[in-house]
Amino acid sequence: MRVLPRVTPRISQAIAFALLWMAALMVILPVTALLVVMFVKGRGSLSWSLVTSTEAGGLLAPIVGTTALVTLTAVIVAPVGVAAAIYLSEYARAGRLVRLIRLAIVNLAGVPSVVYGLFGLALFVMLLHFGRCLLAGACTMALLVLPLVITAAEEALRQVPRRLREASFALGATRWQTVRRVVLPNALPGIITGLILSVGRAAGETAPILFTAAFYSLTDPFPKSLFDPIEVLSYRLFVIATEVPRIEEGEKWATAAVLVALVLGLNALAVIARARLRRARRW
Amino acid sequence: MSESNTDRPIEQPEGEIKIETRGLNLFYDAFRALTDINVAIPARQITALIGPSGCGKSSFLRCLNRMNDLIDDARVEGDVLLDGGSIYEDDTDVAQLRKRVGMVFQTPNPFPMSIYDNVAYGPRLHGFGGRDSLGEVVEKSLRGAALWDEVKDNLRKSALDLSGGQQQRLSIARVLAVGPDVLLMDEPCSALDPTATFRIEELMLELMERYTIVIVTHNMYQASRVSQHTGFFLLGELIEYGSTVGIFENPKDQRTDDYVRGRFG
Ligand SMILES: Nc1ncnc2c1ncn2[C@@H]1O[C@H](COP(=O)(O)OP(=O)(O)OP(=O)(O)O)[C@@H](O)[C@H]1O
Ligand SMILES: [Mg+2]
Repeated sequence: MRVLPRVTPRISQAIAFALLWMAALMVILPVTALLVVMFVKGRGSLSWSLVTSTEAGGLLAPIVGTTALVTLTAVIVAPVGVAAAIYLSEYARAGRLVRLIRLAIVNLAGVPSVVYGLFGLALFVMLLHFGRCLLAGACTMALLVLPLVITAAEEALRQVPRRLREASFALGATRWQTVRRVVLPNALPGIITGLILSVGRAAGETAPILFTAAFYSLTDPFPKSLFDPIEVLSYRLFVIATEVPRIEEGEKWATAAVLVALVLGLNALAVIARARLRRARRW
Repeated sequence: MSESNTDRPIEQPEGEIKIETRGLNLFYDAFRALTDINVAIPARQITALIGPSGCGKSSFLRCLNRMNDLIDDARVEGDVLLDGGSIYEDDTDVAQLRKRVGMVFQTPNPFPMSIYDNVAYGPRLHGFGGRDSLGEVVEKSLRGAALWDEVKDNLRKSALDLSGGQQQRLSIARVLAVGPDVLLMDEPCSALDPTATFRIEELMLELMERYTIVIVTHNMYQASRVSQHTGFFLLGELIEYGSTVGIFENPKDQRTDDYVRGRFG
């Protein structure tokens, strides 16, 4: 027996639309709120000298350190990640080995980042005697983002139409020639975008570099070699928020704003790179 | 299916044979897409393959340059001989085979590169040396595909800016540049308008002097216009094979008769 009056399609449509719209809005709100709060609270301390100074509280050293970390991470993870993606998408035939590799990728992606930090400490810092340094941090970060890079690169490779591969094979190309001359050039925009987005994630992480690379120093802020420790924005924020007493509230928020700007800047770079490279490649 | 091949109206051509299949079977996993195909394809003539959709024409064509190797669950039984030698030996160099047996696909598939680079792709793969002579090969191939006059001033233009018909002739030029003996064409005109189709047909008749051509087509008129031999496939079997005139005017099998008169398929 029907107790409620019948809901007309028009009304159910209106209700569905309202609910979905509110859900979508809920995504925008926190992001906006976060940015606004950060800016309002940090505004007092944000200045040009903040980002260019190495004096107490100055962010030049962590900006340089973060940039070095992100760059080195990309350099380390790109060849391995892209090679693995090429293997999976172009060479491997469905089978037990591939299932095993995919299982490993999914699981790697699920490991909490602090565990990577601990693993990096054990492997790179201690066992391989890198010490706490840029290289050890970048290697750890590379492990962390490897599954992301592989997945993004594989996706980009799969976007290359099958008929282009067939055309190449039919002209007598080997698999490698086809990869090298047709597949890779056409997948490159997607691969580069995926790489930048993945290492952008690394720029914001704290846990993996906590035990492997980061330090907080007022005297010797810049790394001279791969084997020097580095200052990193995320770590600086962590330290001034938890360990240094009497730090002005505004300085913390200003540091946070710079970190967020760096990560968003990297994401923007990825989008621009994709648009640029795409324009040159169509099919 | 118990009907043996020898009872079939399969009339092997006289003269030089380029390709011969012996008891060729193709399986996709457990599905048998081709059953016991025994056919001899004459050199420097055009052989047309006709039959309703899904009867295995493309599958058959792809056995002749081993493109089915690229499909994980495809398995071939029997043998294919090219100039009398098997192409399914363990030590067959598949890249070398595909150099000799070129393929043009149903939809034009130029690489997203310049016209020049598209044609030069094959020669470069196979280690072509001097720059000048590469230019010559490109020109010769484009002339061979009746495209040269239309593109000679725009060789650096993206191949994707060509019309569909031009792209298809570019695909042909790209194959010619590798220097094959055989051209396999899988419905090369199905994406083209009548004018472009006519140009490709003319071109095939020209190319016939030097190349052995096997063409799959759904167009009965096209088959009768360009080919000297025709094979009719049905459900993975070769039902009838012989001279094109014979197949179209005096088919021996009732099913062939029905098909060429447009009564099914
Ligand atoms: N990669 C594949 N995996 C499994 N089955 C396939 C595959 N390719 C083709 N087949 C099957 O094999 C049979 C023959 O297909 P094929 O493409 O050779 O037919 P065709 O005669 O070329 O048809 P059309 O005229 O539509 O192009 C069909 O039943 C098809 O479903
Ligand atoms: Mg087909």
